Amino acid sequence: MMTESDSAAQQSPEDSGASAPSRRAVLGWGGAGFALGAAAAGGAVAAFGGGPDMVSAASAGAAVPFHGEHQAGIASAVQDRLHFAAFDVKTKDREELVKLLKEWTAAARLMTAGLPVGDVHEGLPEAPPTDTGEALGLKASRLTLTIGFGPGLFAKGRFGLEGKRPEALVDLELFPGDNLDAARSGGDLCVQACADDPQVAVHAIRQLARIGFGRTAMRWSQLGFGKTSSTTPDEQTPRNMMGFKDGTRNISGTDAAALDKHVWVGAGDGSDWLTGGSYLVARRIRMNIETWDRTPLQEQEDIFGRDKGEGAPVGKSKERDEPFLKAMKPESHVRLAHPDTNSGATILRRGYSFTDGTDGLGRLDAGLFFLAYQRDIRKGFIPIQRNLAKSDGLNEYIQHVGSAVFAVPPGVRDKDDWWGRTLFA
Amino acid sequence: MRPARLTVIAAASVAAALTAVTGCSQKSDAGSEGAIKVTASDSACEVSKTEFPSGKVQLDVENKGSKVTEVYVLFPDARIVTERENIGPGTKASITAEIKAGDYEIVCKPGMKGDGISQKVKATGQGGGEKRSPEMDAAVAAYRAYVVQQAEETLPKAQAFADAVKAGDVEGAKKLYAGSRIGWERTEPVAESFGDIDPKVDVREDGLEAGQDPAKDWTGWHRLEKSLWADNKIDDNDKKLADTLITDLTDWQKKVGQAEITPTSIANGAKELLDEVATGKVTGEEERYSRTDLVDFKANVEGAQKAYELLKPIASKNDPELVKQLDTQFTALNTLLDKYRADQTTYEFTSYDKVGEPERKELSDGVNALAEPLSKLAAAVTK
Repeated sequence: MMTESDSAAQQSPEDSGASAPSRRAVLGWGGAGFALGAAAAGGAVAAFGGGPDMVSAASAGAAVPFHGEHQAGIASAVQDRLHFAAFDVKTKDREELVKLLKEWTAAARLMTAGLPVGDVHEGLPEAPPTDTGEALGLKASRLTLTIGFGPGLFAKGRFGLEGKRPEALVDLELFPGDNLDAARSGGDLCVQACADDPQVAVHAIRQLARIGFGRTAMRWSQLGFGKTSSTTPDEQTPRNMMGFKDGTRNISGTDAAALDKHVWVGAGDGSDWLTGGSYLVARRIRMNIETWDRTPLQEQEDIFGRDKGEGAPVGKSKERDEPFLKAMKPESHVRLAHPDTNSGATILRRGYSFTDGTDGLGRLDAGLFFLAYQRDIRKGFIPIQRNLAKSDGLNEYIQHVGSAVFAVPPGVRDKDDWWGRTLFA
Repeated sequence: MRPARLTVIAAASVAAALTAVTGCSQKSDAGSEGAIKVTASDSACEVSKTEFPSGKVQLDVENKGSKVTEVYVLFPDARIVTERENIGPGTKASITAEIKAGDYEIVCKPGMKGDGISQKVKATGQGGGEKRSPEMDAAVAAYRAYVVQQAEETLPKAQAFADAVKAGDVEGAKKLYAGSRIGWERTEPVAESFGDIDPKVDVREDGLEAGQDPAKDWTGWHRLEKSLWADNKIDDNDKKLADTLITDLTDWQKKVGQAEITPTSIANGAKELLDEVATGKVTGEEERYSRTDLVDFKANVEGAQKAYELLKPIASKNDPELVKQLDTQFTALNTLLDKYRADQTTYEFTSYDKVGEPERKELSDGVNALAEPLSKLAAAVTK
C-alpha cells in the first residue's frame, strides 16, 4: 500500500507545486492575511511536500495533494475554516450519479490545486461563467474536499447498492436529549471542505452544488470556524466556544499506527470497497452560550475535568499530563469521553465552532459542529455518545440538533480515478 | 415582478417607435418619385417593386378594399420597422422610414386582424444589419408571434377581471384574478423590457420606490389583489385602478410587436422566467394575499418552455447533451407542478399557504435543476 509520501511523489502535474501554487494571479490579501493569522495563533504547521525553504504550509497558502491512498481532509492537518454540505441525490439513474461523481472529482482536483473549475471571464458573453470566480486570485489555502456516502444511497431499489452497504454504517439511535431537526440531518452525499480561507471553502461547495443541480440538491450546510481539534501534535490546542481547549488527546495525523487502528477501514473489515476509507459522524451541537457564561469557573472546570487556563486534567499541572480519571467527577466530560471509560473506543475529531447569528430570542445560535472519523461507528461514536448522553455534566448546556452518518470512501489514486469508483465498480 | 430594469432593449424599441412616428406623414402623397406603391384590398397586398435602395423609403398605400386595414414593414424576425393603422376603405396613406439593406416583409392586414397578407421585399446597398441564420429568424419570428398572441389573449381576460372589480363583485373578481395574469407571466421578460409598464401593472407594495406613496402610486394587479383578499372589499379607487390596469395593458399590447428580440434574448428570457419563480413564487412573495403563486409559477414555466422549444432545433445541433437535460428537467418540474392541481386542463392550483416547507423545498430544487442548465441555452444557441 502506498503511504502518504509515496502518493505525494506520484501526484499529477496539476496538483504538484505544493510549495506555492496560485490561482492564476498574484498573492492577494487573503494569502497575506493568513500568514499573519497562523503566526499569531502560534500554529506553524508542518509543510506538505516541502521545498528547500520549508515554509509552513499555511503561510504559503499551499495545496494539499488531492490524490492518495486516503482522502485528504481526515488525517491532514486541520485548516482554519469549514464549509460542510449534505446533498440529496435527485437523479434515479445510476449512470447519471456516476457521471456526477466523476465531474465532482475533476472539479475537486482543480480546486484543491488552487485552480478555477472553468472560465471565469473569458467565456461566451451570452452565458454565465463556468466558475463563479470568487476564489480567483486566492491561493489554494490548503483546501481539502472529502466526500462521504450516506445510508440513503444504499437503499433498496435505488442504485443497486443495497448489497454494498457496510454493516458499520449504522443508523444512529436517538440518544437521550437529542432534539434533531430533519432539515439539519441526514443526506445521501456529503462534502467536507476545509481551507484556511473561508472564501475558498465556500467557493468549492458552491461550484459542486452548481455542477450537481438536477442530480443533487443541497439538503443542509454548515459553516465552521475556529477548528476545535488539532491533528498535529506540535500545534497549540484550539479552544471551543465554551473557552476550553478541545482535542488535546486527539489522534495525530502523523500517527500511522493509531490511524490504522482507529480510523481507516481495514481490508478485512467487511466492505472491501471501503478499504482505506473511514466513517464520519456529523453532529450539530448547539451550546447554551448565555447560561454557560454565567456558570462559576469551578463548575465549568468540574464539568470538563480540566482547568480552563492551561487545560491540565484534574490534579495535574500540564495540559498533556496523563489524566487520572478517578480524580474527576463521575459526570465530567473528559472522564466520560475517555477511551478508558469506553473500552478503548477512540475517534478522530475534526470539529469546528459555528455561530449562525442569533435565534428569535436573542440568544447566539452557536456551538460545535462535531465531526468524528472512525473505523467503525459501532465501536467509535456510539459507545462514547451513549455514555455522554446518559450522564455528561455538559448536557445541561448543550443540545444535539443535527445528525448524519456517512461512509467515506478511500482516496482518489490518480488522475483517472474518481470518488466512489470502488463502490460503483 | 422584480425591480424594473430599463434595458437597452427597451431603449431600442423606443427609438424604433420614434422612427415610426416621425416617418408618418399625415398627408397622402401618392405620386412621389421612388415611392413604393402598396395597393391593399380585402384579399391582396400588391407592391409596385420588391427591390429598392436602402435609406429613406416611402410607401404610398391605397386601400381599395372594403375593410379598414393596416400596413406594416417587418424585419425578417417579424419585428416592426414601421406601421400605419386605421387606413379606411378608399383612403390613401403614406409611410416613410429609414430602412437598412436587408430582407423585409410588407404586410397588409385587412380588418386589422390575423396574420395579414405579406410580400417579401429587399432593400439593397450599403449598411446591412447583422446576418442571422434563417432558422434563427424563424425562431425569433415565432417567439414574437407567441408574445403578441399572449398579450392579445390577456386583454379580454383582464377586461373581465376589471369589469368584476368595477361591478363591486369581490367573489367574481377573485375567481378571475389569477387567470388574467397568465399571458403576462408567460412573457414577462419581454413585458419587462418596456421599463415603464411593469412597474404599473405588476409591482408589489414593497417594490415601490422611495418617496412613492402606496395610497397614490401603487397600481396594478397586486394592489387589487390586496383589496380583494386582505381588505375583502372594493372601493371607488379600486374601480379606477381596474380601468388604469386595462389602459396600461393595452399599452403593453401595442408595444410587444416592436420589442427587440434575439435568439439569445429568448434563451436568457427563458432563464429569467425561472429566476422569477426562484425569487418570487417559490418564496410565496408574489401572491401574498391571493396565494395563487402556483398559477404564476406554472405560467412562468410554460413561457420558458415555449422559448426553449423554439430554440431547440438550433440547440440540438450545438449541444445535444444540454437539450436532453432540459427535456428531462422540464418534464420533471411539470410533473411536480401537476401534483398541485387535480385537473390538468385548468389552472386551479393548490393555494400556496397549503404547501408545506418540505414541498416548497422540493419545488425549489426542481427550479434549480432546470434553471442551471437553462442558463447555458443562450451559449448553445450562439455557438
